[in-house]
Formats: sequence, structure tokens, C-alpha cells
Amino acid sequence: MSHAKEAELFNKDEAKVNWHDQALWFVRNKRDKAAHTVKGWEDLRNLASAIKANVLSNLDDYLVQFEENAQKNGIQVHWAGDAEAHNKIVHDILLQNNVKKVVKSKSMLTEECHLNPYLEAHGIEVIDTDLGERIVQLAKEPPSHIVLPAIHKTKEEVDALFQKHLGTVPSHGDPRYLTNEARKHLRDKFLKADAAITGVNFAVAETGGIVVCTNEGNADMGVHLAKVHIACMGIEKIIPEEKHLGVFLRLLARSATGQPITTYSSHFNKPVQGKEMHIVIVDNGRSEQLSREAFRSSLHCIRCGACMNTCPIYRRSGGHSYKATIPGPIGSILSPGMDLKKHSSLPFASTLCGSCSDVCPVKINIHEQLYQWRQIITKNVKQPVVKRSILKMAGIVLANSKLYGFLGRSSRFMLKHLPKSIVNSKINTWGKARDLPKVENDNFEDWYKKRKS
Amino acid sequence: MKVGLFIPCYVNQLYPKVGIATLELLEKLGVDVDYPTGQTCCGQPLGNSGYESDSKGSCQLFVENFKNYDYIVCPSGSCVYHVKKHFDILEQTEDVVNVRNNIYELSQFIFQVLGKTNVGASFPYKVGIHKSCHGLRGLRLGSCSERMDAHYSIEESLLKEVKGIQLKTLNRVDECCGFGGTFSIFEEAISVKMGKDRIQDHLSSDVEVITGTDQSCLMHLDGLINRNNQPLKVMHIAEILNSTL
Repeated sequence: MSHAKEAELFNKDEAKVNWHDQALWFVRNKRDKAAHTVKGWEDLRNLASAIKANVLSNLDDYLVQFEENAQKNGIQVHWAGDAEAHNKIVHDILLQNNVKKVVKSKSMLTEECHLNPYLEAHGIEVIDTDLGERIVQLAKEPPSHIVLPAIHKTKEEVDALFQKHLGTVPSHGDPRYLTNEARKHLRDKFLKADAAITGVNFAVAETGGIVVCTNEGNADMGVHLAKVHIACMGIEKIIPEEKHLGVFLRLLARSATGQPITTYSSHFNKPVQGKEMHIVIVDNGRSEQLSREAFRSSLHCIRCGACMNTCPIYRRSGGHSYKATIPGPIGSILSPGMDLKKHSSLPFASTLCGSCSDVCPVKINIHEQLYQWRQIITKNVKQPVVKRSILKMAGIVLANSKLYGFLGRSSRFMLKHLPKSIVNSKINTWGKARDLPKVENDNFEDWYKKRKS
Repeated sequence: MKVGLFIPCYVNQLYPKVGIATLELLEKLGVDVDYPTGQTCCGQPLGNSGYESDSKGSCQLFVENFKNYDYIVCPSGSCVYHVKKHFDILEQTEDVVNVRNNIYELSQFIFQVLGKTNVGASFPYKVGIHKSCHGLRGLRLGSCSERMDAHYSIEESLLKEVKGIQLKTLNRVDECCGFGGTFSIFEEAISVKMGKDRIQDHLSSDVEVITGTDQSCLMHLDGLINRNNQPLKVMHIAEILNSTL
């Protein structure tokens, strides 16, 4: 189903749309306040964007440097060309260590690779330990947002879900009670886990270490308790030097949630004695995206989610309407690169208002890339006949003054004289909820010519 | 200084009064304005829909019509942005480059080229400004809420000087109205919801008249207001700046 159809369904419940819009606008507002406290915010964005551009132009060297340094520290490094290879590598590590239970902290990459169902099919229990992730896991839904995965759920819905799965008592959606119950439930899972899987926010080429940002400390708890740590990262997560964290950590949490910094910025540089640490470096379409000049900077993304919070369409259609691992504006420029046909409606789910590009901490020109994808999609994916023929015809008419003049006059005549029941009928999508402008006898050009003579 | 007036296709056909106000205002300000007849469209509806390559004929015609003017002025930020941003599909001849450099949105022309803020208008109403996205974030007619730059706004600078006007502050100062060209048709549900929310913000902020630099956004908002019989009027900024009420 296209984004427009999904969005239409979501909009059947206007009260929920208002709630969703306001919840995310609250986060956007918090971000504005936090960004205002940083002197030179725009300089930081420029710097972050430039560092990422440098990384992408020298990615091969940085990746090799990172691998060498990580290996020196006793970390085992693995390379995966695609999602399938990634899942197999992770599974093999778990098999070698006889792992039956895994705790995972948030990682959009493992969502992208569909790691959970893969491991579950091989008889391994995987528990998402980020609270929002656990909520959607219990609901058997994908995350609807990359930072706030359960933002589409009200606290009352979470209450009902926990009653069903965790055996809690009804609490009218009391957040304190529900969080405490989730904590107890997760604590038990942490204690029994044989391995911990984490994502990676930043991989430092200079040191071979990684940084994981969480608010719940769940990455640390998982890693410290389990005997095996597997960190999964996309190739674009590299930053050259440790000092660059001073740029990215300041931007990331402020852009994501309006916090000055995430509660935990955990640095993992080597395995604890007697334990194993693995890093899986994944391509899965990224080097192909890197080769597309117009879309290269989409790989700057540090997954803060600010473009979702600011997007007036995302806020009113919900993350699930995008039917992609990464929803919202950034997802709409990444997903077509993975599967053009499947995601062909996403670049059109935008008014090109540009708010995403201006909020982006690494200055990805998201709305300009949406425009560029549109040009590619109309040439490569079959478009609705009406849309295609009207626009192709418009191209001919607008290039011809006389034809344009004639059609302008006749359309105005029809709009003026046809009964409202026809003008606002079903075939006129505009007229479902909006009136058409009142039509005058003369257009501007007619008026101008008369005045001149 | 010879100025060519560009009246966007839908303004020409549906809102001649906006074209008239623009022309009268420029003449009042002593500008030598000419309207080249036979003009059509900047090609934006095609480009934004993914049919940029089919718009070359209309872009070329645009350049032919306007290449001999010192400045091109247009009462629509999004059309101006399209010419500046997307005419790279044409071969960059001297004419094309000149047209792209010399095109201005109306309020931008008054403020930046004529260097005026007071145009001698009076308009004793409570007014809310809808800051259309392509003008705001494309042409940078003002600072936007996402960036941490110092506050400025060309529309506000001009409207503040209008006698009797009361400018109202909105809750969300620069959220998109949901028009978005063909988006308004192909994503109808969201488009309408965004428009309704924008209108509600103006109503809650005690606004009587919504104004802006882009008639297309205003057409969308006006269509909703009229359908729902809401107590709001919609006027293009040219109409307010040309007003002597």
C-alpha cells in the first residue's frame, strides 16, 4: 500500500493524529530549546557535516584503520556484505559460544537485517532491552521511530500489553508502575543472557573502539553481564578521531530528544579478560548508495530522528505508514536506494518544505534528495496513468503560449459555469474537503491587455 | 531599471486580483514594470512531481520571455525558488544565468532591491503571517525556527510599517500548510489535516486575516476556510501592501 493510503487510514482517528503530532512536536520544541543553549550550533552542524564528508571520501582507509586498531585491542572484526551475511555471522558466533539467550540494546541495523526473526527461527531467544523496543517487540510490531520506537502507543495501550505479556495489574497507564514492572522483567532477562548484542553510534578509526549512546544503560548492563558482546555497525558509522566525539555527542542527544547528552555514552574499546568482543561491519547497500553522487550525503546520518520529529507529514501519518525500517524523511531518501519499486511512494510523501534539512545536525539536504528521487522514480517505476498523462500534457501546454491561453480560458469557463455538484464530485480530489477559488471573467493577462489599450 | 512582472500560471487564471495588486504596488513605488504577455509557468508543478525533464519547454519559454529585463519580480516565493534552484536542467547560457540571478519574490524585491520597508499602506486588521516554506527555507526570506540564526523576517519588516495593522504571533511560527503542489491531491488526507491545523493556529491566535507571499498555500487554506465557514479572510501580502483602508 502506498504511503498516501496508509496515511489516510491513520487519519481516520483524528484525535490520535492530534495526540501523535503533539507528542512529537513537544520533542521538536525541546530540541529547539537545547540547541539554542549551544553557542555556535550552526558551526557545529557545518563541522559535523564536513567530518562525515571526509569519512565518506576516505571510507576504505578509515575502515581498514579501524579494523587494525580494533584487532590490536583484542576485538574480533567481521565483514558482512549484506543482511544475510550479517545474520549468519552473528548466528555463528552465538553457536560457537553455545548461546541460547541474547539481550539486545537498540540497533536499527539489526532491524534492517531482520536479525531477530532469523535468530528466533534458529531457536535463540532475543530480548530487546530498550523499553520502547521491548514494548513493540511484545506487540509484534516494528518500531515506528528510530529513537522513540513506541511513540505511536499511548500509555493505556502499553498498560494493556503488559497485562497480557508481563502479568501486570491494570493501572490506568501509570508510567511509574509500568516502567518498574518492565525493569523487573528485563532484569531477569539480563541476568540469564549468554550474549549481548548492541548497535554502534560511533566507531573511532584512531582507537578501534566504539561508542554506544543510551538513556537506559541497557547496553552497558547487557555487555557487563554476558560473556560475549557482539556490536553491529553499518560502514558509515566511522569517525576519524576520538576528539570528533566532541562534535557529534553534542549534536546527537540535543537533536534527538533535547537532552544535552544521553544518560550513558558508553565507550567499548576492548573485551574484558576472559570475555569475547566482536564487531560486525555491514555494507548492505551502503556502498551502492555511496556511489550515487546525489544521494551520497544521506550516509552522513547519525540516526537522531530529528527529521521525523519535525516532519509535518510524519507527525500526522505515523512511522508505520512508511513501511520501511527507517521511516520519515531520512528513510524516504535511504529506502528507495534499497528497493526502488517497493518504496517508490515515499519521496512523494513530502511537501518539500525543507524543515528536515534545516533541523538535520549533519546537514543532509534531505528535501533536495527527495526531489531527485522523484525524477528517478517517474522514469523507472510505473506511475498512475492519470498522473502521468496529465503532467506530460501539462509539459506540452506550458511550453506553448497560445495553447495555454486557450486552455486557461476554457477551464475557467467550466469552473464558473458547471454546477457545484459536478465541480466538487468524487473525481475532484481537491474538492473533497476544500472549495475551489471563485472564478472571475478575466484572467490577469486579459485585464492587463484591456488596461493597456 | 526595467522590471518584468512574472505572474504565476494559477495566479493569472484564478487570482487576477493578486496580480493587479502586485502591479499597482510596484507602480506606486515608482518602478518601471512591464508584463510580457504570452508567459505561462516556471515548470514547478512538473519538477516537483518528478517530471522535470518534461518541463524544459516551459522553462525555455520562461527565459525567452524574461531575458531582457534587469529584474524579474513575482508574487510567489515558490515559483522564484524553482527558477533559482531547478533551472539547472537548461543549458546555462548567459540568458539563463541572468534570469536565475535577477528574479526576486515581491517582498524580497521591495526590501532588498528598492531598500524600502514602508510602502505607505494602511490595513487596520489583526493579521497572521503564513511563512510559506519555499520562501522561508528556499529563498531565506526570514530566519526559520529550525536554525539558530538571529531572527529576521522580510515579510514582518514590511508589514510592521503598515498603518493600523496588528501582527499576531502564532503557536507554530513556520509549520508547512500542507499544500505542496500535487501533494495536495496525491496525499489528500495529510494535506487537508495539515491545512486544518494551520488554520486552527491562526484562529487560536486571534487572527482575522491570514497573509503570505505564496498564493498557492493561501488557495489551499482559503479552500478549507470557505468549506468550513470559518471566520478568517485570506489575502496575499501584495493586497495588504497595496491597501489604503
